[in-house]
Amino acid sequence: MQKKYSWYSLLKAGLSGQDWDQAIPLVEPKSKYDVIIVGGGGHGLATAYYLAKECGITNIAVVEKGYIGGGNTARNTTIIRSNYLRDEASSLYEHSMKLWEGISEDLNFNVMFSQRGVYNLGHTLQDMRDIERRVNANVLNGVDAHVVTAKEIKEQIPIINTSQNTRYPIMGSSFQPRGGVARHDGVAWGFARAAAMLGVDIIQDCEVTGIEVEEGRVKGVNTTRGDIMADRIGCVSAGHSSVIAKMAGLRLPVESHPLQAFVSEAMKPVLHTVVMSNAVHGYISQSDKGDLVIGAGIDGYSSYAQRGASRIIEHSAAAILEMFPIFSRVRMNRQWGGIVDVCPDACPIISPTKVQGLYFNCGWGTGGFKATPGSGHVFAHTIAQDKQHPLAAPFHLDRFTTGALIDEHGAAGVAH
Amino acid sequence: MFLIHCPYCNEEREQEEFSPAGEAFIARPEAPEDLSDEGWADYVFYRTNHKGDHWEQWVHSNGCRKYFMVERSTITHEILKVAAFGADISE
Repeated sequence: MQKKYSWYSLLKAGLSGQDWDQAIPLVEPKSKYDVIIVGGGGHGLATAYYLAKECGITNIAVVEKGYIGGGNTARNTTIIRSNYLRDEASSLYEHSMKLWEGISEDLNFNVMFSQRGVYNLGHTLQDMRDIERRVNANVLNGVDAHVVTAKEIKEQIPIINTSQNTRYPIMGSSFQPRGGVARHDGVAWGFARAAAMLGVDIIQDCEVTGIEVEEGRVKGVNTTRGDIMADRIGCVSAGHSSVIAKMAGLRLPVESHPLQAFVSEAMKPVLHTVVMSNAVHGYISQSDKGDLVIGAGIDGYSSYAQRGASRIIEHSAAAILEMFPIFSRVRMNRQWGGIVDVCPDACPIISPTKVQGLYFNCGWGTGGFKATPGSGHVFAHTIAQDKQHPLAAPFHLDRFTTGALIDEHGAAGVAH
Repeated sequence: MFLIHCPYCNEEREQEEFSPAGEAFIARPEAPEDLSDEGWADYVFYRTNHKGDHWEQWVHSNGCRKYFMVERSTITHEILKVAAFGADISE
């Protein structure tokens, strides 16, 4: 069993040659569990953690085809905010924000959550109207937000170009002071370690190849490491959700697309906050390591290839350079693409399905990282009680049949 | 980034000239008035999102502006077939 991290254990290990236990034990799958979580990303691990911690179910397996911290969880731009327009969405993301605020203590793992604030820039009069509307909606929903002018942005971020001599001059911005970033792979490791300490089996290098369904009830999964049985299965497999759904004979209203990001070489601190612009489409922050982390958009065609077109990166780089001309000679270090499952209304699906005992948490599209703890929390309660958590209720699969979509896509006017 | 052969222009051009237009073979319901809510959901929102060789639609938006069908691997992006609407794609 792993030990709790504390300054005392750090001191003791430091003096005795750093003899640490393995943070995430390597385990063999058992033949039967109470719950199986398919997908060992942040959301899946958080689901297992909250099932064990709050729902009294500890006989859980998380099956992951790669390794922990090797997927989208550790490949995103780590931005955390909850300034969504719609009541349903902002409630869910604010729930997550509140969990973020205590997550390092809760997990006994420093995820380096840093509330350095998030600016969402506006470049046109309509952008500014949308920003004011969204900020007002946020305030009504208890989410911290205010509108800032171009002059105030310039005072806070001296390197930003707020001149009128650009193609799309910055007119103002919304600002969420509680927004920020977290160390993304640390989030995966922290949830995995905390779940393992509560008795959850985290089974890496174990790909699900089939789902067994009998008379409309789920029975278990076939994997590359043998069959594993369970009456309840939660699928949290992001870009591959349609592939997993197909194994149970289901279709989903999602399409998979590559989403790219890139980072620069490390440099001294120059940008202390997060700046996002939907209009020119680029978002940027500087990691604690010193590299600039820049996010791009998705490619329009469906793909599972984990790479996107270079013109998408070029487009985002051009947007960043117009806002920050000082970065024109920064060299980029690496680039990657992850596969995201995009819903028609840009909101997730947290829902039971037609197959009894089979639940899906998917469709987070381009913006799932910020929701990691909240998503896991409401999904755990949904699985444990076979009834949607109240915050998850609007995100039922049925909304595509009833028409009760949550239109964040058009209305929020913000990049994810 | 890849090259696409436009069956109308009969030329291989850069992908940037084209825009993707979703999954192919999604037929508009023949009797919309009689269609159930589930039927509409399936037509409007639900997709195969296939991993592998996948038929989809593209439009030559910066060229002839016509729509056509492409069979492309969503794993490698390799284009296997290109066809105009109504063309025989059986072989």
